Amino acid sequence: MSVLIFLDQSEGQIKKSSLEAASYGAKVAELMGTSADAIILGTVNDDLTALGKYGIKKVHTIKNDSLNSLDAQVFAKIIADAATAINANVVIFSNNFNGKAIAPRLSVRLKAGLVSGAVALPDLSNGFVVRKNVFSGKAFANVSITTAVKIISLNPNSYSIVTTDAVAEVVELAVTPGTSKVQVTATNKIVGEVPLSEAEIVVSGGRGLKGPENWALVTDLAKLLGAATACSRPVADIGWRPHHEHVGQTGLAIAPNLYFAIGISGAIQHLAGVNRSKVIVVINKDPEAPFFKAADYGIVGDAFEVMPKIIEAVKKLKQG
Amino acid sequence: MKILVCISKTPDTTAKIAFTDNNTKFVADGVQWIINPYDEWYALVRALELKEAGLAEAIHLVTVGAADSEPIIRKALALGGEEAIRVNSDNHDPFYIASQIAAVAKEGNYGLVFTGKETIDYNGSSIGGMVAELLDMPYVSLATKLDLEGDSAIIVREIEGGEETDKVQLPLVVSCQKGMAEQRIPNMKGIMGARSKPLKVIEPVAAAILTTVVSFDLPPAKAGVKLVSPENPEELVRLLHEEAKAF
Ligand SMILES: Cc1cc2nc3c(=O)[nH]c(=O)nc-3n(C[C@H](O)[C@H](O)[C@H](O)COP(=O)(O)OP(=O)(O)OC[C@H]3O[C@@H](n4cnc5c(N)ncnc54)[C@H](O)[C@@H]3O)c2cc1C
Ligand SMILES: Nc1ncnc2c1ncn2[C@@H]1O[C@H](COP(=O)(O)O)[C@@H](O)[C@H]1O
Repeated sequence: MSVLIFLDQSEGQIKKSSLEAASYGAKVAELMGTSADAIILGTVNDDLTALGKYGIKKVHTIKNDSLNSLDAQVFAKIIADAATAINANVVIFSNNFNGKAIAPRLSVRLKAGLVSGAVALPDLSNGFVVRKNVFSGKAFANVSITTAVKIISLNPNSYSIVTTDAVAEVVELAVTPGTSKVQVTATNKIVGEVPLSEAEIVVSGGRGLKGPENWALVTDLAKLLGAATACSRPVADIGWRPHHEHVGQTGLAIAPNLYFAIGISGAIQHLAGVNRSKVIVVINKDPEAPFFKAADYGIVGDAFEVMPKIIEAVKKLKQG
Repeated sequence: MKILVCISKTPDTTAKIAFTDNNTKFVADGVQWIINPYDEWYALVRALELKEAGLAEAIHLVTVGAADSEPIIRKALALGGEEAIRVNSDNHDPFYIASQIAAVAKEGNYGLVFTGKETIDYNGSSIGGMVAELLDMPYVSLATKLDLEGDSAIIVREIEGGEETDKVQLPLVVSCQKGMAEQRIPNMKGIMGARSKPLKVIEPVAAAILTTVVSFDLPPAKAGVKLVSPENPEELVRLLHEEAKAF
């Protein structure tokens, strides 16, 4: 019996969402009275023994450059073999872009029930029940996995990283990856920006900002806070902001610690992508804007007057 | 080359979410059902565009659902596609659903199987990957663009903080999201034509059920918004820093 956690890397660095999965997995192992192993594919720069900090006992790696880009088919086979070899009865992923590609395939390979989008530790008091988001964050479902092996895919930003000072053992697996049918011909990363899906603070603007020329009100605050920027759907549709910033029902669903909504009405489809944020701040000149119902803090006022003062105040605070 | 598009039925995006029977059942009364937006706007429309460009011979639609899914699959047929298949089951286990779709896909020998990014009710984002594994085909998830070049697909998919372009040989399974195509409105001719298109109803194949929903619940209501005067926005920054400890 053991727990296996898949750790996802990009350009040699383990993703933050994977470290959350590691802490979560270590806790699951503790609840089950067993230990947690991790598997990481491709070449990683980080010192893997340091993963002990997150509660990982043993790290299995395959240092092979061909595994630096994802082919879910190849990955699922390797992870399935590793899970079987260590007799894992729970496998954990982050429900990030790669997790969404691999976990379902692994579910079929291992005939293991999968709950994706988990937001809490499993309840072991009556079987194995995992809580997940459904209805785009508007509700939760408690899902029972009835198979011997179980797979959980944890929503980013729903479990806090816990660290100790333990050291992990690292073993290199002698595995030759299967031939990939997916050839990656280009990658295009927006450099220097915090990826929206991993950001702890997000500053977001809507149609109330009137035009792209006014976006400094959003980006200046984001820069000061080390935050990612986002926008409502019409803003991306009109081309004021790039499409990858669109959050909501049809865009990205995020769950940062702090979400700033500036000049966004708070339509139900927008809320569906941001309602899992821990603290929501709304700046809107209309007191009737539906967003205020979902907000924790707010200012009823003109963003063009209020935002420069907020930016100044944050600047002062950061300068200490 | 034929394309299979997976169509699911979901509550309208503005539907009230409530549960009954000890929180075990979704209250469907008065809920308007729609085609899952990702399946309609992106998967189906991109498939139709490929056919219109002469790159696909036929588009077939599949849904796993009880008789009450028929209006939804007819609505999808009004946008296009030659025929639809309904697998008669209302089970919600992703593996069970994927097994049904895989059986249909095997039978029809499709070059491409399209799903939406996720269903907006279950939010599993998992059917496509399962279907691909069951068919032993490659899977590209969360695609924002897809073009065909000979017997390969050139696909752009979303990754953390960017995108990646993949070249993959057909056949394969793709989950589709925003960027793939533009939403279309069905016209009268399409709606009339859909009524006479073949809709095959088949019984499910035997498949395991790996998960069951035990109960649902709603998030606790928010305590209510704390409003700060627009004359004093500095107070908001102080509260976020000292009270919410948000930065
Ligand atoms: C199926 C479906 C899916 C959808 N998916 C999404 C989605 O994923 N994401 C999404 O965002 N939307 C989505 N929408 C659209 C959604 O319904 C709204 O139309 C959209 O969110 C509105 O964007 P907005 O708030 O920026 O603009 P508006 O609704 O125009 O609101 C602008 C707001 O700015 C305020 N304002 C104006 N001037 C100022 C000022 N000077 N200072 C402060 N405030 C000001 C106004 O009071 C208003 O509340 C979807 C719709 C449908 C039907
Ligand atoms: N019952 C179903 N019948 C047909 N296709 C489905 C069904 N459920 C899900 N799908 C497809 O699988 C995609 C992902 O669904 P999910 O994994 O449930 O989020 C959807 O966008 C649909 O394209």
